[in-house]
Amino acid sequence: MLGKLSLDALNNGPIVLGAQLTMLFGGLGVAGLLTYKRRWKWLWKEWLTSLDPKKIGVMYIIIALVMLLRGAADAGMMRAQQALSAGEIHGFLTSDHFQQIFSAHGTIMIFFVAMGLMFGLINLIVPLQIGARDVAFPFLNSVSFWLFAAGMILINLSLAVGEFSAAGWLAYPPLSELAYSPGVGVDYWIWALQIAGIGSLLAGINFVVTILRMRAPGMTLMKMPMFTWSVLCSLILVIFAFPILTATLAMLALDRTMGMHIFTAGGGGDAMMYVNLIWAWGHPEVYILILPAFGVFSEVVATFSRKRLFGYASMVAALIAITFLSFVVWLHHFFTMGAGGNVNAFFGIMTMVIAIPTGVKIFNWLFTMKNGRVRFTTPMLWFLAFVVTFSIGGMTGVMMAVPAIDFQVHNSLFLVAHFHTMIIGGVVFGFFAGLTYWFPKIFGFRLNERLGRYAFWCWFVGFLLAFIPLYILGLMGATRRLDHYDASLGWQGLFIVAGIGAMTIFAGVGFQILQLIVSIRKRHENMDTTGDPWNGRTLEWSTTSPAPFYNFAVIPDVSERDAFWVAKHKKTSVTPVYEDIYLPKNSGMGLFIAGFAFIGSFAIIWHIWWLAPLGLLGVIACVLIRTTGGEHEYRISAARVAMLEADRLAGKETS
Amino acid sequence: MNDIARQDADAKTVFGFWVYIMTDCVLFASLFATFAVLHNNTFGGPAGRELFSLPFVLTETLVLLTSSFTCGLGLLAARRGDKQQVLMLFGITFLLGVFFLTMELNEFHNLYLEGNSWSRNGFLSAFFTLVGTHGLHLTAGLLWMLTLGIRVARSGLRAVTVKQLTLLSLFWHFLDIIWIFIFTIVYLMGRVV
Repeated sequence: MLGKLSLDALNNGPIVLGAQLTMLFGGLGVAGLLTYKRRWKWLWKEWLTSLDPKKIGVMYIIIALVMLLRGAADAGMMRAQQALSAGEIHGFLTSDHFQQIFSAHGTIMIFFVAMGLMFGLINLIVPLQIGARDVAFPFLNSVSFWLFAAGMILINLSLAVGEFSAAGWLAYPPLSELAYSPGVGVDYWIWALQIAGIGSLLAGINFVVTILRMRAPGMTLMKMPMFTWSVLCSLILVIFAFPILTATLAMLALDRTMGMHIFTAGGGGDAMMYVNLIWAWGHPEVYILILPAFGVFSEVVATFSRKRLFGYASMVAALIAITFLSFVVWLHHFFTMGAGGNVNAFFGIMTMVIAIPTGVKIFNWLFTMKNGRVRFTTPMLWFLAFVVTFSIGGMTGVMMAVPAIDFQVHNSLFLVAHFHTMIIGGVVFGFFAGLTYWFPKIFGFRLNERLGRYAFWCWFVGFLLAFIPLYILGLMGATRRLDHYDASLGWQGLFIVAGIGAMTIFAGVGFQILQLIVSIRKRHENMDTTGDPWNGRTLEWSTTSPAPFYNFAVIPDVSERDAFWVAKHKKTSVTPVYEDIYLPKNSGMGLFIAGFAFIGSFAIIWHIWWLAPLGLLGVIACVLIRTTGGEHEYRISAARVAMLEADRLAGKETS
Repeated sequence: MNDIARQDADAKTVFGFWVYIMTDCVLFASLFATFAVLHNNTFGGPAGRELFSLPFVLTETLVLLTSSFTCGLGLLAARRGDKQQVLMLFGITFLLGVFFLTMELNEFHNLYLEGNSWSRNGFLSAFFTLVGTHGLHLTAGLLWMLTLGIRVARSGLRAVTVKQLTLLSLFWHFLDIIWIFIFTIVYLMGRVV
């Protein structure tokens, strides 16, 4: 009746019990608060069923930040284990639990933190930046978000019910095959990623169409803001890379549930095929994450240097070059597979070539600052730290692009340090800069600068403390994913330093939480009444903060790059002519679709075979109801827009 | 929504659907690549040339190609606004699709009965995955065609249904093209090479 599911699935030892109770009481606490404040209806009508990308973006970011705490807790346990577990002492985690933790850490940080922050920022900013009122397919956007949320719930459910994969964040076979991982962990991994991945794919399609088809009149491709350009390139990568992930995960699932032999060790399967396929997705994935961060920095540096971006055309060319090159380097993740000298040489050289467009971008940012009036706000601090960390990471990357060196440091902590330098020092710093920069646009008030600085310094110093030792340890021969090592190796000191670094980063996270609380409580001191708190250059700053639900009462006309900057300095006032605005009605169907996908996935994970088809039928029924339903839009008449605008502009002047 | 906005929205949808088809192409490309890597991994079992019957697959192919032809005619009829023709032509397309699917399932069933199921070896796993994924897409297409047919029969050819028929025929032709690749790479090359 319930497949493999029984009460035993809940019993996983004291540490997991702590996590289970935290999730249970956290959930009950939120539910209780909502009931007490009578906010359920509000939550449903204003948020959960909303098709407004500004709200969907906020929901993405909330999930990503909560998941950041979860992933950080995993990181803390790993750092503690490695700092303690030398020689006679074996730390506090069993090997199996340690493996589940690093698998969960990697999966959550990439799929649910980095991707969540990215899609959050894209939802919040891209429509505003291109002068659009909405995305191309608002309902699909809600489906994407809820699939992402369903994947997130699934991966966290594995903590409470059953177990998680112990096969690493990419679950290489044959280890991830049924013969070596008979539990439900890998299935949780597969299906959480499968639904979240399909969500990302749909979001990719949605925003590519949005950017290509919905730009304000006059905004040609070469007049687009750089963030939008970076998002376009990143999402083109999504379109080409995520189907590979979908296919690969599906095949691994077929191996595990249908007894196929696609990647198995026996029966004529080919495990290396999996490694090729997963990295044909996985390498572009890293660029999917970093390109929008590049875009954020382009906006931040130009704004806070009060200059237009240096070398716009070369920036675009660099983005496109990276987009292309990111598809011809995947083999550098497994030079040691033994594909032969010529193949390794090709992929090694291609990998080194990527450093050129990336270097172009770094120099362009620096030249943008040159002779500018630079304001050292928190976003700028993140940028300056990024230049340091990303250059270190880039150099170690080029080192490892040499196959001969890679053979030495493959699967060592040197590699772990390298990709954390890129992902924390690149992606995470970038998204933090972006969140601080656009926060007033989203919520109407600025974040507290002082606490932001404290958080920044903790993150930056903590990052260096945590990862420089890992570079050294890697060169000393420490392999990744160790839960224990011999005391005579002399590694413990460096592992302790890395642990201190992790704690410093946690202090940074603490300051960020404090920053949010203080900023919300003292928001009246930091109100953004102009809509343009940083003296911005792009269209999102031309509307009020927060933007009205229709974004722009009159779609702006664009004639040059940095459209808002140009408009500000022309100071021509035109009497606006309002027209009717059509916006999508709320719909809970996206939530239902994802809910049924969740049920179906859960059923397959636990082999509850009567329930799985019900999940699928539910999805189909929801899609049919939605596509055959009546009018999905409502009209705001021109007169009403005029009234709303008058109110909005009056409010802007008095406050 | 006024007419211009409606046309604009429709153009966006069609463009978005093209992008979706491109992603599906990549999905099939991954499965083709897997099949290409695994097609000799028979693990002691029979190879493709001992399993496939070319006349049978050619019949399947012709059935599917014909369905694509009637689908195209159906779309032309939809553009003319001829409801009866639309229902007839898409009806024929639907029946041909069902016929194709029955043949495919029959082939699968026979393979299974002869002990050549998907779990026998890497080659058969890749074969069932690739051809089965095409079959699943086709099933989804048939379901779409059925519901759309009912809508046309009930409420006639409205702008929204014509748009959906356009998307559906794009999808159908796409599946046809994928099938041509399957026919060539899986069956013809498996039989001859």
